Amino acid sequence: MPDLREYEQAGGYAGLRVALRMTSTEVQGTVKAANLRGRGGAGFPTGVKWSAVPLGEGARRPKYLVVNADEMEPGVMKDRILLEGNPHQLIEGIVIAAHAIEAEHAFIFIRLAYREAAERLRRAIEEAASAGYLGANILGSGLNLDIAVHRSAGRYICGEETALLNALEGKRPIPRAKPPFPQTVGLWGQPTVVNNVETLCCVPHILRHGPEWFLGLSRSSDGGTKLYGASGRVRRPGVWELPMGTPLREILEEHAGGMREGYQLRGLLPGGASTDFLTPEHLDIPMDFGSVTQAGSRLGTGTMVVLDDQTCPVSMLISLEQFFARESCGWCTPCREGLPWVVRLLRALENGDGRSDDVALLEAHTRLLGPGRTFCALAPGAMEPLQSALKYFHEDFTRHIAERGCPWRKAPVV
Amino acid sequence: MPTIFIDGKEYRYEGEGKSLLEVCLSLGFDVPYFCWHPAMHAVGACRQCAVKVFTDAADTRGKIVMSCMTAAVDGMRVSIDDPEVVDFRARVIEWLMINHPHDCAVCDEGGECHLQDMTVMTGHVYRRYRFDKRTYRNQDLGPFIHHEMNRCIQCYRCVRFYRDYADGRDLDVFGAHDHVYFGRFADGALESPFSGNLVEVCPTGVFTDKVFKGQYARKWDLTTAPSVCTLCGHGCNILPGARFGTLRRVRNRFNHAVNSYFICDRGRYGFQFVNGEYRVRTPLLREGDELRAASVDEALTRIRELLQSGSMAGIGSPRASVEANYALRALVGAERFSHGLPEQQFALLAALLALQRSAMSPSPTLPEVEQADAVIILGEDLANTAPRLELAVRQAARIIPDELEAAALGILPFDDAALREAAQGATHPLFLCVTGATSLDALATVTYRAVPDELARLALAVAHRLDASAPAVTDLAEDVAALADRMAEILRNARRPLLICGASAGSLALIAAAGRLLAALEAGDGSPMLRTVAPACNSMGQALLGGVSLEEAATAETLIVLDSEQLRPAQIAGAKQIVCLDSLLTEISERADTVLPAATFAESAGTLVGSDGLAQRFFQVFVPEGEIRTGWQWCDALMAGRWANLDALITEIATESPAFARICAIAPPADFRILEQKVPRQSHRFSGRTAMTANVSVNEPPPPDDPDSPLAFSMEGAQKRPPAPLVPRFWTPGWNSAQAVHKFQEEVGGPLRGSEIHRVIEPDGSTLPPVTVPSAFTPREGELLILPAYHLFGTEPLSMLTPGIAELAPAPYLALHPADAARLGVKAGGMVTLTLGGTTHTLSAALRDDVPRGAALLPVGIVDSPVPLPAWGTMERGRHA
Repeated sequence: MPDLREYEQAGGYAGLRVALRMTSTEVQGTVKAANLRGRGGAGFPTGVKWSAVPLGEGARRPKYLVVNADEMEPGVMKDRILLEGNPHQLIEGIVIAAHAIEAEHAFIFIRLAYREAAERLRRAIEEAASAGYLGANILGSGLNLDIAVHRSAGRYICGEETALLNALEGKRPIPRAKPPFPQTVGLWGQPTVVNNVETLCCVPHILRHGPEWFLGLSRSSDGGTKLYGASGRVRRPGVWELPMGTPLREILEEHAGGMREGYQLRGLLPGGASTDFLTPEHLDIPMDFGSVTQAGSRLGTGTMVVLDDQTCPVSMLISLEQFFARESCGWCTPCREGLPWVVRLLRALENGDGRSDDVALLEAHTRLLGPGRTFCALAPGAMEPLQSALKYFHEDFTRHIAERGCPWRKAPVV
Repeated sequence: MPTIFIDGKEYRYEGEGKSLLEVCLSLGFDVPYFCWHPAMHAVGACRQCAVKVFTDAADTRGKIVMSCMTAAVDGMRVSIDDPEVVDFRARVIEWLMINHPHDCAVCDEGGECHLQDMTVMTGHVYRRYRFDKRTYRNQDLGPFIHHEMNRCIQCYRCVRFYRDYADGRDLDVFGAHDHVYFGRFADGALESPFSGNLVEVCPTGVFTDKVFKGQYARKWDLTTAPSVCTLCGHGCNILPGARFGTLRRVRNRFNHAVNSYFICDRGRYGFQFVNGEYRVRTPLLREGDELRAASVDEALTRIRELLQSGSMAGIGSPRASVEANYALRALVGAERFSHGLPEQQFALLAALLALQRSAMSPSPTLPEVEQADAVIILGEDLANTAPRLELAVRQAARIIPDELEAAALGILPFDDAALREAAQGATHPLFLCVTGATSLDALATVTYRAVPDELARLALAVAHRLDASAPAVTDLAEDVAALADRMAEILRNARRPLLICGASAGSLALIAAAGRLLAALEAGDGSPMLRTVAPACNSMGQALLGGVSLEEAATAETLIVLDSEQLRPAQIAGAKQIVCLDSLLTEISERADTVLPAATFAESAGTLVGSDGLAQRFFQVFVPEGEIRTGWQWCDALMAGRWANLDALITEIATESPAFARICAIAPPADFRILEQKVPRQSHRFSGRTAMTANVSVNEPPPPDDPDSPLAFSMEGAQKRPPAPLVPRFWTPGWNSAQAVHKFQEEVGGPLRGSEIHRVIEPDGSTLPPVTVPSAFTPREGELLILPAYHLFGTEPLSMLTPGIAELAPAPYLALHPADAARLGVKAGGMVTLTLGGTTHTLSAALRDDVPRGAALLPVGIVDSPVPLPAWGTMERGRHA
């Protein structure tokens, strides 16, 4: 990890100096112009999110900036690379974002398992504070900001921004209804912005090089670069920073080195566990927000989970849905009760206890646990891999019923 | 008036800022729900109340929304019957039923279970889930609440009531995903004085009434009638239920102005004295050392003889109805009638009456109390002297963003979680001026603990700061003067300050100071409110009726005593003959010459005047076994039938006593009929009618007559909804649980349709005499000022006959300040001998730094004081027993 001097030598904190010469509204405008979209998964335009925070004399204070570093999506480890690899980049992004919304306090809510990242962040925060990038009167600008690192107690739901706020307040991590949005009623009821790690890491560069430069990095209308990743039976699993809109095929074949010897691609979850499957026919789509949505999935976190031809899709789904069922906070009925039922149905298929109407029941759940039916996006996210698996791998499900068990288990491919 | 289209039809609806659920329910539609509660509003957890909303007339697809979390908007198009949303609601029930046991047949909630109702309403019938159910271990939650977690549907209502609404700390939600647990950290009795409401808040059988469980009857088998709680002065409306001649349970009866949806645990569980073996059921006559059973005629003849010989007086009771007291007064004559209270105690009530009358506005109703923006409590430990008022003060203390603020923040006005998040626990000013620690301490802006005279001095000092014409308190300690400055400063800016004071501290000086403070507040810009606290269910009725003091009446040779339980033998030691009208044998009635068996509240009808000056009617719930009659009926019998029925008596009271002029209007008279029929106390599903007395006679007896009310002891009668004062149960087709109450309300959460309040104490423009400033309290060498302390469980003697209440009542104690204890050489838990009014008590010493120095707290009802408190007592270190 680069220390402060190394980071500065590489141009670090130059973006901050640019931002400090701007008003909050100008910073917001710059980021809007760069068309930076949130990298946490939802892709909401960052500048627009900031602009909902009341500014100026009449605004309620204190205001908070909260960094969502609770990276718990199965198959995703992009933020960890940023947190461990270059914490100063995040800190610089935080200071600029805090300036953009006039926040004086920032919290980094970090995943329980990211011990090393939390430790590196703490060290970097100390360094930044002693160099005047944090604390009172930052670089003589009159702005004040402190950053606290809060390690999560370790629940997936804490990645949902409002549940994260409740967790930060010491309450049960139950999502909040929106509206009100955190920008008006956020942490401890105060105006708050929650941004993802990767999003904030883009910000210093946008300020330093300008929005046109950032847009120019991209191969699509969404600005900048993106951390893409691949896991599963590929030759070189990993995470790569590539232009936004890099085609799926290029990521999979060039950067991940294609499928491992003897394995064929059956499908992939393009943006983590809570995104719909794409299939080999989709390999030519650019990996940007709009294109992936058009293909029936979501860019999500941009880190794909690959399903090969020798892994049972039902078994993969059991693993995923068990995770989502376990991580349900228990607040709303469909998620709390529906997900465990889905898991049990899938296990029944796996164990040869599947019944003819089980697939229909699973399909019904993918609709009943959809957006608006549940309190937050956890269950709808959990249904995305299931609904697309039922669409693309329908026969795998029915074979489990017809053959009274998992075909893969019965006749393993040698 | 805005309109809304529901399934294609246009409806007008009332109320800006209401949720779609509230509007639909108020319009009479059946929309199922669980987590929403009219007093606690919406959180959107259960997803049961889904409806479809369409953007305009052209929109045919629509969007499923949760009606509790969606604002009703003028012109909105909604569908409750859309097949997709109908299916979704059935699926929600199906999910909830995954883990809900099929134990309705043996569940105490069965038949009045909101979950049952909602299941039927949504049409979910067939189980498709074929896997294991999750199970939990239950907890022992004490004597009142039975815990059965397997039935839980995770609506979160219990913790939202217990923690968010009533500020209880010992019930919480644990765990996550499909293993969420609602309970305590460990087994143990629930600590909140409102824990019993969980029984009604819980939509299914997780929290059920443990006392009722012991003598269970289904809701439909209970005989019920509108009633009023008699266990404190607040006057909560209740629905007692009886079967086979015993009172089985008490439930809340919604009254918008008095208690809304909640009652306290004393009121819910303290009724067991009605069923006790110690009840007097036949007249008793003294023969030598024994009391023997006698016929009614024999007893009445004896009493008539006694009343003829020598001097005679009647002693009434603040725990008996206006009618019973008036009838006794009519029997003995006004000059020989005592209200039943020692002079000093009656003076407190008279002072409270004068105070209410001197106020500029009448006593605020419960919702008005909850709207207060500053509260000053003088000398009342509300959780123990008027618990329901304490719960209302908690709501007043909590700052909720008003509609404008909420709108500015993007919060829907019924979104409970968001409102709480925005408010961050902020509270309105609450000034607690009390004699010891109270349950409200944690909410208080300032807690000032001192002896009553010092509390009065602070109140007067505040009054003087607000209004220079109030007398100055010149010798205040510096910190108290600073406190007075601070209080005055805050109160000056309050728009709706609420002043609460009462008789509990036993101090006329404090009530006088409260009056002066009220006048000072009234001189300002706000609209101050006054609530007084009186000890008994009809204390204020006695204050209005008047009479001679107990001391004066006790000089007569023959006493006829209504409710001797409230007296101590020493108070009437001079009487030669005593006639008692008692519901249970007491120390006094055991030595009486004649005892007439008197009805309890559940076996009689009458009128009570609560602390708030509202007169309320309670009705007879069931006909007891034996020769039990209510007080006024015995007096009537002794006067050879002066009144044709209760109405005749009430009419006479209203005519003779101007103060009671309005009591005729409280409820319809006995000859009121709906389509020529009475209102049945028993439900249309009452079972066993033809069999329940078959062991006596196979012929079904006619139901007992009730000449005193339009209610019948029968399942036959008008099935049309009766006027609000007569509603004997909340029950409509499809709504079998307590949730049915909204079908009886003008709008959801509003008053019962057609209900009115009847004030008999109102401002009359009178002014109070000038106050004098009490001198500063000086502790005495070798003496302690013994102050009364109150306990929800323990102070009220009748409720102590409920075993669970006795179990939770504190043991006798004397609480004193550690500094005084050190001075007297007393250790915590050590035994002390207290000499008070010539009697001695050996008590365990509790050392508490909330007790004012130079004073000590003695629990009323738990330790019997021979003199009214406060009183000076001496204390010495006692020997261990």
